[in-house]
Amino acid sequence: MRWFARRCLFYVFAIWVALTLNFLLPRLMPGDPAGGVLARLSPSQIQANPGIIQTYRALLGGGNKSVWQDYIAYLHRLTHFNLGISTSNYPAPVSEVIGRTLPYSIALVGVAVLLAFIIGTGIGMIAAWKRGGTVDTVFVPALMGLGAFPAFFTALLCVYFFGLKLGWFPIQHAYASGLVPGFNWAFVASALRHGELPVLVIMAAFTGGWVLNMRTVMINTISEDYVAMAQAKGLKDRRVMTRYAGRNAILPPLNGFAAQFAGAVGGLVFVEYVFSYPGAGLTLQQAALGNDYPLTQGLLLVFAFAVIVANFAMDMLNFLLDPRVRAS
Amino acid sequence: MTVVEPTVIPGAQTEARETLVEVRDLRVAYGDVVAVDGVNLSIAAGEILGLAGESGCGKTTIANTVMQVLRPPAEIVGGSILFRGDDLVGRKPEELRKYRWRNVSMVFQSAMNALNPVMRVGDQFVDMMRAHEHISKDDALARAGELLDLVGIDRRRTRAYAHELSGGMRQRVIIAMALALNPELVIMDEPTTALDVVVQREILQQIKDLQEQLGFAVLFITHDLSLLFEVAHRIAIMYAGEVVEEAPAAELRNAPRHPYTSGLVSSFPPLRGPIERMTGIPGSPPDLASPPAGCRFHPRCPNCVPEESELHRLQTTVRPVLRNVGPSHRVACHLVEQQR
Repeated sequence: MRWFARRCLFYVFAIWVALTLNFLLPRLMPGDPAGGVLARLSPSQIQANPGIIQTYRALLGGGNKSVWQDYIAYLHRLTHFNLGISTSNYPAPVSEVIGRTLPYSIALVGVAVLLAFIIGTGIGMIAAWKRGGTVDTVFVPALMGLGAFPAFFTALLCVYFFGLKLGWFPIQHAYASGLVPGFNWAFVASALRHGELPVLVIMAAFTGGWVLNMRTVMINTISEDYVAMAQAKGLKDRRVMTRYAGRNAILPPLNGFAAQFAGAVGGLVFVEYVFSYPGAGLTLQQAALGNDYPLTQGLLLVFAFAVIVANFAMDMLNFLLDPRVRAS
Repeated sequence: MTVVEPTVIPGAQTEARETLVEVRDLRVAYGDVVAVDGVNLSIAAGEILGLAGESGCGKTTIANTVMQVLRPPAEIVGGSILFRGDDLVGRKPEELRKYRWRNVSMVFQSAMNALNPVMRVGDQFVDMMRAHEHISKDDALARAGELLDLVGIDRRRTRAYAHELSGGMRQRVIIAMALALNPELVIMDEPTTALDVVVQREILQQIKDLQEQLGFAVLFITHDLSLLFEVAHRIAIMYAGEVVEEAPAAELRNAPRHPYTSGLVSSFPPLRGPIERMTGIPGSPPDLASPPAGCRFHPRCPNCVPEESELHRLQTTVRPVLRNVGPSHRVACHLVEQQR
């Protein structure tokens, strides 16, 4: 229980740091949103409208109050999930834009990263158990090679070959045009179909790493006495591999899973861009290009939260799976 | 060092007993290194056979071979292991799986790490029992509890994880596990090495009591010869992958014939009697990748001197073989052969 309380305290702190950095970073950069707009006006226009600078400042935030007052106001707004107004989707609030795009990304990254982990550790486990076997000599190098390409590059290749040349997969958007998002079969089927290739691309980028990671840990675990004893006990080979060696070897990769989740969110931007997938990654890219500060900030905050939540989930899982963690 | 006086063991006369395991001319290699080179051993039902020797002499390899858990790159390159007359070499994997633990079980070297850290102790009993017989989980757990009782551990400890037990308790758990299926032979590979002296005593006593009570045979492997004088009926001494001497425990202690055995015996002090200078054995064991020609012990042997030219020639070129020097006492030594 003390462990649990300590972890919770840590996460509260992590969230606070994320919030505060998110507040500070834009303010540490030179210029302000109003400055961006004003720069597009000619000096004569500004001179002709005396009050215009104050008007824009009042409209777009920032300006005359102190940083502390801003900070308090910012925290206050966050408690109401008020992230401001998106300038590039004016007058839609940031929370609405995120609410519209984030579910696609969560589904995409969640499914892809989870599948990459399960398949990767599974193959790594078998490769280590039967070292020099087919899995070890064929799958491991193949997946390693695939993982060596950056995700956006694999994405481009896939779009070209499997999408354009072979026509196996739809190459862009999250669902067929003309469909209205909702819980009906036509939409869900179309959304799944459109997700296939992006999911495969993200999996290609990450599976190899898990294979190698799991294989290394597993090789060490196999030489443990409890694995030798399990074998001596006359257990079936598969049971020794899964319940004794694999079950212990999975713990270190599991701890790395949350860290990789953060990396996957970064790669998401490129993959969504290539597939014109209307998720949070593509939105972030557009927001950054369009100087949409509130939306950029809101999205970064959401990503930071996603990583923290992933870490928390892994901690809980670790707690469930490792009795030694529970004891300490 | 935990030397106590040797006790007279009721099973010392093992001549009439049925042979349980017979190892014939066994050769086990790790790639090019032959770790066990032509070993002959037999274990009678209900007997405690001690196997002693320095680290790396092939003791554990023999244990793993009898248990049939050799792992690549180790492989049997010659000889046979007979269990009740049936050769284990070349048997089907599924047959060997059933043989393990049902016929021969094993208490591992550094049994401290022999329990799965993420599984409850009871579940590790259940796993093993259900691999060998049709038994419900509840019945298996109940039996695990009884077995823990047998080794003096609270039966509620089936709920415990390994890290919640002390070293001695873990060792007892493993011993209880080893006895679960009433095997005919229990291999104990350095079962007390990782424990402190007091716990070591208790565990050793427990092993002896259980053995007398249940009558299983034991292959007791250790580098600590003094331990064997306490528990073993018969002792075999290994050097560089071969057995150099084999005799009933008391005889080996009082009248060792091989110079290596004499060296081992005199490398720990007796508790009583006059203080003598301890001699030990100079030098170190040979590299098994290129063992010395002739007698493998000759580079360290005090009796191998160039002045005795004929004997020296034999010692450096011809491998000695085990020969009887008395009833159930066998030695592989040119010097002993010459003296006969």
